Amino acid sequence: MWDYIKLIVLGAVAVIAAIAANYAHDLAYMVNALVVMLAAAITFVWQLRHVGEPAVHPANEYLDGVVRAGVIATTFWGVVGFLVGVVIAFQLAFPALNLGAVTEGILNFGRLRPLHTSAVIFAFGGNALIMSAFYIVQRTTAARLFGGNLGWFVFWGWQLMIVLAATSYILGGTQGKEYAETVWYIDWWIVVVWVAFLLTFIGTLWKRKEPHIYVANWFLLSMIVTVAMLHVVNNLAIPVSFLSSQSVPVFSGVQDAMTQWWYGHNAVGFFLTAGFLGMMYYFIPKQVEKPVFSYKLSIIHFWALIFLYIWAGPHHLHYTALPDWAATLGMVFSVMLWMPSWGGMINGLMTLSGAWDKLRTDPIVRMMVVSVGFYGMSTFEGPMMSIKAVNSLSHYTDWTIGHVHSGALGWNGMITFGALYFLTPRLWNRDGLYSLKLVSWHFWLATIGIVLYASSMWVTGIMEGLMWREVDANGFLVNAFADTVAAKFPMNVVRGLGGLMFLTGALIMAYNLWMTVRAQPAKAPVNANNYVPAE
Amino acid sequence: MDMYSLLREFADSWALIVLTLVFLGVILWVLRPGSRSLHADAANAIFRNEKKPAGDAEVRSTPATRPVKEA
Repeated sequence: MWDYIKLIVLGAVAVIAAIAANYAHDLAYMVNALVVMLAAAITFVWQLRHVGEPAVHPANEYLDGVVRAGVIATTFWGVVGFLVGVVIAFQLAFPALNLGAVTEGILNFGRLRPLHTSAVIFAFGGNALIMSAFYIVQRTTAARLFGGNLGWFVFWGWQLMIVLAATSYILGGTQGKEYAETVWYIDWWIVVVWVAFLLTFIGTLWKRKEPHIYVANWFLLSMIVTVAMLHVVNNLAIPVSFLSSQSVPVFSGVQDAMTQWWYGHNAVGFFLTAGFLGMMYYFIPKQVEKPVFSYKLSIIHFWALIFLYIWAGPHHLHYTALPDWAATLGMVFSVMLWMPSWGGMINGLMTLSGAWDKLRTDPIVRMMVVSVGFYGMSTFEGPMMSIKAVNSLSHYTDWTIGHVHSGALGWNGMITFGALYFLTPRLWNRDGLYSLKLVSWHFWLATIGIVLYASSMWVTGIMEGLMWREVDANGFLVNAFADTVAAKFPMNVVRGLGGLMFLTGALIMAYNLWMTVRAQPAKAPVNANNYVPAE
Repeated sequence: MDMYSLLREFADSWALIVLTLVFLGVILWVLRPGSRSLHADAANAIFRNEKKPAGDAEVRSTPATRPVKEA
């Protein structure tokens, strides 16, 4: 019965999407409707071939298939996102690479930039979070993932969102809100998938066998709940037409700006910080084989982040139409955030106490430790840049870009790489990784790449800020904007090279993980539950 | 008084006090006497049930009887 309802719904979605594509007002909407039609048709055929099959959800086994899919998707989208990043970095250095005459703007920096940011944050980072959340919540609650195949719906729904967003961006679909570019119907789809994610997670916590909810789950749950709230409020918009990707936001002026940066900064705070801290609090103790340094500190870290982070957004709007008190509030809370962040960093690092030798012998531990180091560095740099006097120099310059990347490449990237190296042998039941030497290569390429990236952006950002504010004896500005663009050329090239090294490292990782699954001998199955069936 | 001023006044008086006290209360609660063994048990949860979910017999075993680390 339930199977037939699914078939009817999928068929109806495919037909409606086809009709919508036919009457579409703009190209982005039409292509998105066709993608939805295809996705619904493929799911329809899949469902048709599985009608009447009994659902198998053994309570004495973990649902690991969806985590394996997450490992593949995270690796794939990571490589794609880094590749687009390298392309746009070189477009900034060599504008001819925009290929305007050939692609008529479709591959311009302006179209590819949201593709890059969404690919790395929501595709790479999002898949890493979903994968880790599903793995961690099962292991720490000692219960199978809740909801039968709901986890699979979350996984495939998220991939569909990524494809819709990517095709929309390059064809001109955007809301013009940074990190919230996805147009209104994709926003609604994100809500559906995210609520399913929340249900899966809470349901698993609900039927847990462990009395205590391990702290990593607190961070992951706060990520899911807060992102849902931020996403819904920031994307309140009224579509121009149900056949168009255009919409009008319900807020306007400085209120819209404040809502956007309340969203924007807390997307950093909860998606890229709280969620990845959940990963840190699980994967580092597991890889080091020691419990976290101080469990009490981890709880204090959690509550301090929750209480402080949500107020920091206004520091993105210093010296704008935003009231001064709001900007000062944002600045003060940003500076206060430094303390819990470093508390968390110390907690992560000190987990190695008594096992520091692993830094030398285990490149995965090294990766995780450098990740936490970058977390500490960017959570010092961020509060510093939120101070109004510093911000007047740093804002709108490439210093901000450098800061974001030391956090994203260093902290989010490295902890995700560590998690992927941790998970792959376990999920495919392999006897360790294919090559630790390649992990070392990845580690050094990525680390040097980030150092090149961040340092070139510091230099060029501060130079840019100083050039913009330079006035002559009569009070006239000395430099035109184009002068700063010309002066930035060498640093832009170095930034591109740093990104290229980071991408090369990720490709080496993809090869290493592939060979781990292909070529590594399987661990001898100890019992029925240890044995992982080929799927 | 208009809605903005009303909310603004509430936000930087009562709401601020309550949130600050809740925050301090949470920290004191974490540091309460007797929490040490509970926290040690929770911190070691990641080393249990690595391969498969816990069976019904293992539900809510007391920390003292539980193995610290899975073999």
